Amino acid sequence: MSTAASRPGAGASRPEAASSRPGAAGPRPGDTLPPLEIPVTRTLIVAGAIASRDYQDVHHDAELAGQKGSPDIFMNILTTNGLVGRYITDHLGPGATLRKVAIRLGAPNYPGDTMTLTGKVERVERVEGVDRAERVDRVERDEPGGGAANVTVTVVGTNGIGKHVAGTVTVTVPVRGGHG
Amino acid sequence: MTRVRDAGPDELYEKLKAYEGRAAAVAGRGKDPVNEPMIRHWCEAMGDTDAAYTGPDAVAPPTMLQVWTMGGLSGHTGRSEAYDELFALLDAAGYASVVATDCEQEYLRPLRPGDEITFDAVIESVSERKTTKLGTGYFVTTRTDVRANGEPAGTHRFRILKFAPARRKPEGSAEAAPADRSRQLSPAVNRQPGPAVNRQPGPADSRRPGPTDSRQPGPTDKRPRPVINRDNAGFWDGVARHRLLIQRCGDCARPRFPWLPGCNACGSPEWDTVEASGEGTVFSYVVMHHPPFPAFTVSDHAADPAEPGPYAVVLVELAEGVRILSQVVGVPHDEVRIGMPVRLEFRRVDEELELPMFRPVAAGVPGGVR
Repeated sequence: MSTAASRPGAGASRPEAASSRPGAAGPRPGDTLPPLEIPVTRTLIVAGAIASRDYQDVHHDAELAGQKGSPDIFMNILTTNGLVGRYITDHLGPGATLRKVAIRLGAPNYPGDTMTLTGKVERVERVEGVDRAERVDRVERDEPGGGAANVTVTVVGTNGIGKHVAGTVTVTVPVRGGHG
Repeated sequence: MTRVRDAGPDELYEKLKAYEGRAAAVAGRGKDPVNEPMIRHWCEAMGDTDAAYTGPDAVAPPTMLQVWTMGGLSGHTGRSEAYDELFALLDAAGYASVVATDCEQEYLRPLRPGDEITFDAVIESVSERKTTKLGTGYFVTTRTDVRANGEPAGTHRFRILKFAPARRKPEGSAEAAPADRSRQLSPAVNRQPGPAVNRQPGPADSRRPGPTDSRQPGPTDKRPRPVINRDNAGFWDGVARHRLLIQRCGDCARPRFPWLPGCNACGSPEWDTVEASGEGTVFSYVVMHHPPFPAFTVSDHAADPAEPGPYAVVLVELAEGVRILSQVVGVPHDEVRIGMPVRLEFRRVDEELELPMFRPVAAGVPGGVR
């Protein structure tokens, strides 16, 4: 839920930037999402790797990571993927359903760094078509009779050494009748 | 570790690219069904408190798609020999390190506790040798189709770099300060969008990862290589034997092109092939002026073969009723016309690639044949 005051795990800091937060009218192209700061702790890197069943040593063993040319362990791509997904559903939910997440990694997330995720709404398209009932079942349940829109958001995560991740996310959100 | 040479002709690449289109995993099976404990552990790690992921109607976070296919400590299931061979080739050549660079996922239906996961994966592409800040290596892209209880649940495209680490400063003295190490090794791969766009656009498909790499200077002098996979291998086998093969539905007999695994009219997966007679007409065309791509300039009609000039991309309707995207040779780009009768020929465009192309049939061609 986007209204949770505090949370364990990754990213305690969630500034409630009221200025650009998508409101009841739904997200609009050009909206920016409030940034999310994620402290990249050693614990987060290891917890994310194990929760994703990724036992590559570069994600938990600094010594072996060093032998492979990395100065330390670094976050695995599945964790980055999960954080990007969470960032989007946190700010477009409840009722937001992820459809596509495409990410590209650059500068690694090493322990001790902080990653700041930012997002911008690029497109909003009303959902039409015969497969709508199946594909947006969660939306339907949350708002019977309401419509839905596919929202495309570009996401960037920067850390102390550069751009860790750039991505595009498509998410289906409920919208009220008459909008769009 | 084997020392990797960075120069010279890339014989390894020739071996690696033979794996394109081959299976990476066949009939893989998730080690656990979708389940609440793994969902909860994931949400704890990610700090994700979305209500959709808890309670009696819980779904799994869609971004867990790949998690359900992971081998964990006990290893992968269903992984193909081809995939293992590809990695063994890279390891033996000194490209032993691996880092994931791209993940593209599409979610077709929610995953719920109890869903049994199965998957197949294919090696989509292997890049040419690239030099990154991490080191020199090859990008390998795979696509995994994930099913839940036998139904399509999502697709997962994954790109990794298999590389030989760039040499670092001698270690063991003082710990590198964060700022130092950042200059030394990061960002791992420079992927800022910029002017280094895909240099291989054109009428054929481009299978390269695209604008992922800006380190290879100079324009590409060859056409993009075709993506050959299980669904279209028969077509390229035909091209190699100078036969243009069209698929024909085994149920409704409708011809189809380009090759597809099922009939686009009736959905039947049954098919055979018919050889095109080679007769056709230009259904439509566009002329590509800029930017110039020398590889697409067909040399036997250009005013000056040394100058890469405009070229016509044509859509030819074959006598069998299907259409093929190609080029017309033997006529200047500005004399190509809709309705022009053309005939198939196979043309070698470089030392390793032959393509079906078309030449105007002499009679009644405005401007004549050059």
